[in-house]
Amino acid sequence: MNTEVIQDQLNKKVLDSLAEFIKKPGLACSSDVWRQRGSEIPTAALMLGVNVPDHAMTFRSLCNLLQDSVTPFVVSVHAKECAAVKLLIQKVLEQLMGRGVSVDEEQEDDTALLQKTQCTISALCQWYKTVTKERRRQENKCTQVSPKRKENLAKNDLPVVVIFKDFEAFNSQVLQDFILICSRYTQELPFVFIFGIATSPSAIQHRLPHSVSSLLCIEVFHSLSCTQHLASVFDKLILNSQFPFKLSSRVIQVLVGIFLYHDFSVQNFVKGLQFSMLEHFNSQPLSVLCCQKHEALLSAKILSKQNVERIRHLPSFMRYVETQEPQEQVRLLTNDEHVKEVCQKLLKNLHTYHKNYYPILQCLHSLTSSLPKFPLGKHIRELHVSCIEKNLWETEEYDSALQLLRILAKDELVAALRSCAEILKSANTKRMQNVLQQLEDFLGRLEALQGVSSEDSSGNGVVSAKMEYQRTDLFQLQKTLLEKESRRTKRMNPFEVLRSQVIDFIDSLVREYLTPAEFQPLNEVCYYSSSGVLRQRLNVTPRTSIQAALTHPFYYLKNESLKTNTGTISSAAPDLCIVYKLHLECGRLINLYDWLEAYVTVMSAAEDQDTNSEECGKFDSLKHARFIQAVSEMEFLGFVKSTKQKTDHVARLTWGGC
Amino acid sequence: MVSTPLSKWKLAAITSAPCGAYMNYAEGLMASNIPTSPQETAVDFQEMGLQDKLLRKPTNQSITRMSVTLQCPGYPEDTLRSLAERLPCRETQLATLLALMGQPDQYSYPSVFIYGHRATGKSHVVLSIMKDLELPHASVDCVECVSSGLLFHQVLSAFFGPDAAALLPRCPSLSDFVRLYKQMSSNSPATQTRYIILDRAERMRDMDFSLLPALLRLQELVNDNVTVILLSEIVWEKFRPNTGCFEPLLFHFPDYSKAELVQILSWDHHPSYTPELYASYINILLGVFFSVCRDLRELRHLAVLNFSKFCEPLEKGEAKESDIHKLWKNIEPHLQRAMQTVYLREVSSVQWEQQQMDEKEATTLRVLSAHAHIELPYYSKFLLIAAYLASFNPARTDRRFFLKSHGKIRKTNFLKKHEKTSNHLLGPKPFPLDRLMAIFYSVVDSRVAPTASIFSQISSLVTLQLLSQVGHDDQLDSPKYKCSVSLDFILAISRTVGFDVVKYLYDFL
Repeated sequence: MNTEVIQDQLNKKVLDSLAEFIKKPGLACSSDVWRQRGSEIPTAALMLGVNVPDHAMTFRSLCNLLQDSVTPFVVSVHAKECAAVKLLIQKVLEQLMGRGVSVDEEQEDDTALLQKTQCTISALCQWYKTVTKERRRQENKCTQVSPKRKENLAKNDLPVVVIFKDFEAFNSQVLQDFILICSRYTQELPFVFIFGIATSPSAIQHRLPHSVSSLLCIEVFHSLSCTQHLASVFDKLILNSQFPFKLSSRVIQVLVGIFLYHDFSVQNFVKGLQFSMLEHFNSQPLSVLCCQKHEALLSAKILSKQNVERIRHLPSFMRYVETQEPQEQVRLLTNDEHVKEVCQKLLKNLHTYHKNYYPILQCLHSLTSSLPKFPLGKHIRELHVSCIEKNLWETEEYDSALQLLRILAKDELVAALRSCAEILKSANTKRMQNVLQQLEDFLGRLEALQGVSSEDSSGNGVVSAKMEYQRTDLFQLQKTLLEKESRRTKRMNPFEVLRSQVIDFIDSLVREYLTPAEFQPLNEVCYYSSSGVLRQRLNVTPRTSIQAALTHPFYYLKNESLKTNTGTISSAAPDLCIVYKLHLECGRLINLYDWLEAYVTVMSAAEDQDTNSEECGKFDSLKHARFIQAVSEMEFLGFVKSTKQKTDHVARLTWGGC
Repeated sequence: MVSTPLSKWKLAAITSAPCGAYMNYAEGLMASNIPTSPQETAVDFQEMGLQDKLLRKPTNQSITRMSVTLQCPGYPEDTLRSLAERLPCRETQLATLLALMGQPDQYSYPSVFIYGHRATGKSHVVLSIMKDLELPHASVDCVECVSSGLLFHQVLSAFFGPDAAALLPRCPSLSDFVRLYKQMSSNSPATQTRYIILDRAERMRDMDFSLLPALLRLQELVNDNVTVILLSEIVWEKFRPNTGCFEPLLFHFPDYSKAELVQILSWDHHPSYTPELYASYINILLGVFFSVCRDLRELRHLAVLNFSKFCEPLEKGEAKESDIHKLWKNIEPHLQRAMQTVYLREVSSVQWEQQQMDEKEATTLRVLSAHAHIELPYYSKFLLIAAYLASFNPARTDRRFFLKSHGKIRKTNFLKKHEKTSNHLLGPKPFPLDRLMAIFYSVVDSRVAPTASIFSQISSLVTLQLLSQVGHDDQLDSPKYKCSVSLDFILAISRTVGFDVVKYLYDFL
């Protein structure tokens, strides 16, 4: 899955404009040195949204782009590495000078060089001068440039780009100092800053005082919002018949839910997708059939006996069998070869279903997305989810959407149908071509109508104009108006007739092609549907799993002897579990001695069948030690902590009850 | 760089005849001797310094006091004159400084502390003197000196060349510096006073505590003719270490008055227009901006930015240069707009210029603060709201807001005295994580599992600086947070999720 390519395409526009911005200042500065603006550092504030994990890729491609097309001097710094100005400068120098040396392939040990030179911007300045001189000489050598161009080159020094990846996390004092220092050298060293900002541009003003921000010449660049990002990834990966692997509605809801509710991270979404794919191929043996059409047909021919049996047990296949003739049913249940053949047929059907499904889905979306209040959802993913979940035409939302479509104005309808036709053009099955034909037929009729209706209306205008000349009394006027009214209700004009035809046509399309995937036989092959597993894996709950481990150790340890009824405390369980269960019965402060006694009672409960009762009151040092260890483990897990309120007591840190 | 003393003497002799503004200034200075407050001390010190000099250098006794205050001896007259021309409105300061410095080969006062607001010409005056008179000096910006070693390095390399600086050990201490300086200066003793100029000296306070006192009496320490000039925006009182130190000579650079600003700003008039026009333009500009900004640099920047707009009617032929009123009408609203945007740097100057060019299209300004909206995941929004509530409601009122069957609690009886003042005036209060989560669960309408991603959202809110962590000692146990967003922000956020924050805020009951 080439999500990176997709993301690159999405980011391209922003990044290109950024590159333009960075190329530009070289000219601007040289033309008006006499101004103060010369000492302003051009700064790009790149708005990236809050999905911090996604930024890495954006910055990587930005770096590459800049290095390829603008300047080799690109530095990107992370807030974590730069706790002080010194470290920040060091970082910048390291990256720049190290890179410069490696590019020129001089046989110099750059670390030694760094140690010798002072770690200051003025050292960088020196270095920059020599490098640019070198570069110019080389360029002169390579190409005999005309003197004019040489001048241009001299003016257009390559900028030094410093990228602050996470602007918010930087210590503001460090940033201020760095900017102040850099602004002293702008004449010699053409700096350009890029701030990666996650929240809003006003963060700059919050972070930097006026005296510092006046040294910057800030321009704001917006990257695509993450929801748009998700929409395009969704379009390319899920709403696509190319990939045989599909997600059920529940799984989509889980993934989109995680995105919208928790992190806004497209990367995590893609990871979830990848995980569900792995899980599908891992858990569903019939996923051998989940591949491109001809491969699937081939593998359907050589299905093993076991897999044939599995197919028979698929709910969707059973449903299919039930619809068949009794004779056929018997054959399907007994004859393996026949099952294989049917299976091939069904697989073909499934593939054509997908091929027809997506274009029609997109058509329906383009028709309904402009309706007020979005009865079928603003995003195509919502429509998709409701389509594969249940019969769309049985929902209220669908009804209201059709109602709205039936009162659409003509130009809107035509525009919507045009876009539908565009979508259908890209679909290349026969049936879709058929649909396209019909649609274009409708379009042609609508356009023909346009001419007619315009004539009509002009005729009406003439009539009304004529009528005005007649002398009319009130009664007559009322009569004519009533007449008009009744005429309108009685007879729909040709456009309205056509419109209802169009809507009926669309309705029939929806009923034919947008059937839920669950009703397709063999849908289990392609659709991954265990949303529970996915939720458990992706949206982890560390606390509940710790509690589960402590209360039901069997769940993780799978040791038969640990199986207990709820409520009882088994002495076979690990010490930690026993101590945990005992502590649940206590209040906020726990007396250590009582706790220990309870522990020993539980421990000796198993033994004391045969031993005397006098021994059970005492606790040997082994039990004592085990108890102490368990308590300190509890402390480590954050359930209790020592307190100074009372001697020999520990405080509970969790709420009571479980 | 160094001209021989002999030639200087000659020059001094030649130019000692009264000529030009200098003389008058110096005389004025001496005659009045009752300058306004900040200079008073300076002048006192100056006299002290002069006496000091006279004592130390008996050879100079022949020079009368009058001729010293002429400042001419030792320095070429024409350079001085050009210097004075280049430093308008700072003549007094220039004269005093020159007087302080004395002749190049005389010992000067060990340390001078110059203070004044931003853009009052402190470093400009000092550096111009140094450069024009070709005095040996080391100019160091203290911001750059992340360690005192860098400072020593810069000073040494400026005085004795980079080779000398290379002799410094890896992490040089003050004594290393003094030792090396002594060694170097014994090889090449100062023929003229050497000046160390420390810009933004307030940063020195954050450096090694012994550095500042040592630098103040560096002359004594290295036994060389060296003067340290400290430039700062802060008054000396804030510098004085509590162990006491050598008091430098204090010297104030006052702010420019409006008339002075006009005079200075009129200097860089456009070559294609008359100076008078530019002066009137500056007057208009100051009329708008003087109330908010007296920073010369900023004003100059604004003047340059908006001048083309000012000249637009002239170029179109709609107005003549004499129609000041018409021009004023044209530029005034424009300047008002500039004050709201460019001055606050909400629009970069390049964008402003571009916008001026295609003003006809009436492009809406993409102002920085206009994009205050932040997109957050759904639960992050609720976490932020919960944090806000936890920060601005007293913990005791949680029961009233988040329990279903709370009794009616009167505001007045219920609270302690200090809680009666608005919590919004007091600022956010820290709250423990448990409280945040409790409020969060009762605020969110659906059931939320305490998943790892909920907790990671809290930490990502911290990195976005929407929350801030308080106290760094006990992070594992019970971390405490503060909500650092404004009420407007939280109102906007809660509107997007359809939650009425105001109903839950104690201050708005």
